[in-house]
Amino acid sequence: MTEAATYAPIYPELVLAIGAMALLMFGAFTRETDDNAQLGGWLAIVILAVAAGMILAQPAETVTVFNGAFIVDPFGRFMKLLMLAGSAFAILMSHGYFKRHRALKFELPVLILLGTVGMSMMISAGDFIALYLGVELHSLVSYVLAAIRRDDVRASEAGLKYFVLGALSSGMLLYGASLIYGFTGTTSLAGIAAAIPPGGVPSLGIIIGLVFLLAGMAFKVAAVPFHMWSPDVYEGSPTPITAFFAAAGKVAAVALLTRVVIAGFPNAVAQWQQIIVFAAIGSMLLGAFAAIGQTNLKRLMAYSSIGHVGFMLVGLAAANADGVAGILIYMAIYLAMTLGVFAVILAMRREEGMVEDIYELAGLAQTDLKMAAVLGVLLFSLAGVPPLAGFFAKWYVLAPAVKAGLGWLAIIGVLASVVSAFYYLRIIKIMFFDDPKPAFEKSDAALVFVMGASVIFTLVFVIWPGPSILDAANAAAVTLKF
Amino acid sequence: MALTAVFFYLFATLAVASAAMVIVAKNPVHAVLFLILVFFNAAGLFVLLNAEFLAMLLVIVYVGAVAVLFLFVVMMLDVDFAELRAGFIKNAPIGVIVGGVVLAELIALFVARGAGPVTTAVKGSPVPSGVSNTEALGLIIYTKYVFFFQAAGLILLVAMIGAIVLTLQHRKAVRRQSIPVQVARTPANAMAVVKVAPGETGMPAEPKGQG
Repeated sequence: MTEAATYAPIYPELVLAIGAMALLMFGAFTRETDDNAQLGGWLAIVILAVAAGMILAQPAETVTVFNGAFIVDPFGRFMKLLMLAGSAFAILMSHGYFKRHRALKFELPVLILLGTVGMSMMISAGDFIALYLGVELHSLVSYVLAAIRRDDVRASEAGLKYFVLGALSSGMLLYGASLIYGFTGTTSLAGIAAAIPPGGVPSLGIIIGLVFLLAGMAFKVAAVPFHMWSPDVYEGSPTPITAFFAAAGKVAAVALLTRVVIAGFPNAVAQWQQIIVFAAIGSMLLGAFAAIGQTNLKRLMAYSSIGHVGFMLVGLAAANADGVAGILIYMAIYLAMTLGVFAVILAMRREEGMVEDIYELAGLAQTDLKMAAVLGVLLFSLAGVPPLAGFFAKWYVLAPAVKAGLGWLAIIGVLASVVSAFYYLRIIKIMFFDDPKPAFEKSDAALVFVMGASVIFTLVFVIWPGPSILDAANAAAVTLKF
Repeated sequence: MALTAVFFYLFATLAVASAAMVIVAKNPVHAVLFLILVFFNAAGLFVLLNAEFLAMLLVIVYVGAVAVLFLFVVMMLDVDFAELRAGFIKNAPIGVIVGGVVLAELIALFVARGAGPVTTAVKGSPVPSGVSNTEALGLIIYTKYVFFFQAAGLILLVAMIGAIVLTLQHRKAVRRQSIPVQVARTPANAMAVVKVAPGETGMPAEPKGQG
């Protein structure tokens, strides 16, 4: 094997990083026009697609490079493909929005590409240093993106809040990682797993380190009780950027959390399980009850995503391969539904500007039946009504939890799901039965495409992509060590 | 050996005390000065660990550049510190209670159960003999840790792009000096000979190019 071939597993990330820098040069040396900025966006989508193709072509085995700091396995590849799709769709939806707000910048796709490199590092992290660098690379990009419309007060506020709370969470993460390093003598996940004897109780120092580490990562996935930043940031950020946070960012953070606890602490399951169970209950209940009072659609989606993360944590709490497969399936379906809903939010545009309130959707069925139908299907799916995709997402995380003896947790999940159905169905009631408000402007082709793709995925999930995604997820989940 | 211990406790105590002062100090300029003191003490600790290069780096980079930059920012920003302090005093009791509870819990846990065996593996990788610690760092950072090194570089690139995106403004109305345009001026496009008849005040057309 030649020198270069040893680094083959990291080629997709290299393509992303070098592509981002090439785009930066393209932006810096061409005229600053809207057309060039949009061309940059399309080039970024091509780069993301190339990276996705390279990840698909990678062999289905576990390879590590850089002394175990970068792990490429089917679990990571599955998550990376989802994450790349999230980034690409976010760029696709951003063009129209930023053009109308006269804020089209060529730096936007460059930053998203660099953030994608960071998320890739998070998903593949096999070492605390790689984990932290990935988290920081992604976070730094997110802070800038949240505030990229600097003439908008709410966006600046969102960026600042995100920055301060993100720095705090990074501090907790680092403190936990340093404690674990001190008590195990290694930063690699494999080394930490080996340092904790099976069957025994890990030393107190490791447990405290683990608690801080999980607190830091709970911030990143926005799980209760570390969720406070997410409604404000989701509401204040430009909508395509919110879609980027809710789709791609969520995938990377959940993948990171899953890999760290499963691969790094397989002999401390009892210790991390209780933390995850607590966060899962809190997130599901808060996602269900706090969203009832929200009328801003972006804020509502923030609470909804907190609830969905709670369900994914139920799968993680099961601590077995089925649970992880459930997380993978949940993530795939959540990504499709979230992108679709954000495409609808981006299409809520009147002559005077964007609207975000749910009552602005009143009577949408009479003015634009297609859009109302799309949002209706997606909301039913988010609520978990069979036979739509959202039902299967919940099924595949709750079933392993029941098998793992966490039946009561699954019951709480089902109850939270019933409560959350209220606010999803309320929007449907507003759309179909309230007196119509003025019609929205015509949507961009890109948004129509995203809406269509998302709604088709949700509708026919049972027949076509469902079984193959299920197989892929099951095959991917067992590659994490159990 | 005893002397090392004395210096360790001196640097460590001073570092913790000045770190506390960073938070407590009322005047933000004093807070930054205490931060610089923390960096100096941490550099002292590095020297005790035979990591002279890191000590030097801390002084040059953090004290020399970062902290001084902080100082400039603090002095230039027009922040109403009295107002900030009002919020601080209002929230201080909650912060003290939460911090105190966490600290008490940690102390109680460690006293009751012991922290567990501290690993010796960390100490098991000394600087290879025959090279200085700067060289040893260089040997490892460009080989074993090259991935982390490059990733850190990407983070700095994002920080740079971010700073530019969030602050740079292109003002159309501002006239900028363009040296190539100035140098490329020739009498042909900068001057015009105008014949003005006696008694007439004719202004020539605006010459091409700017500056």
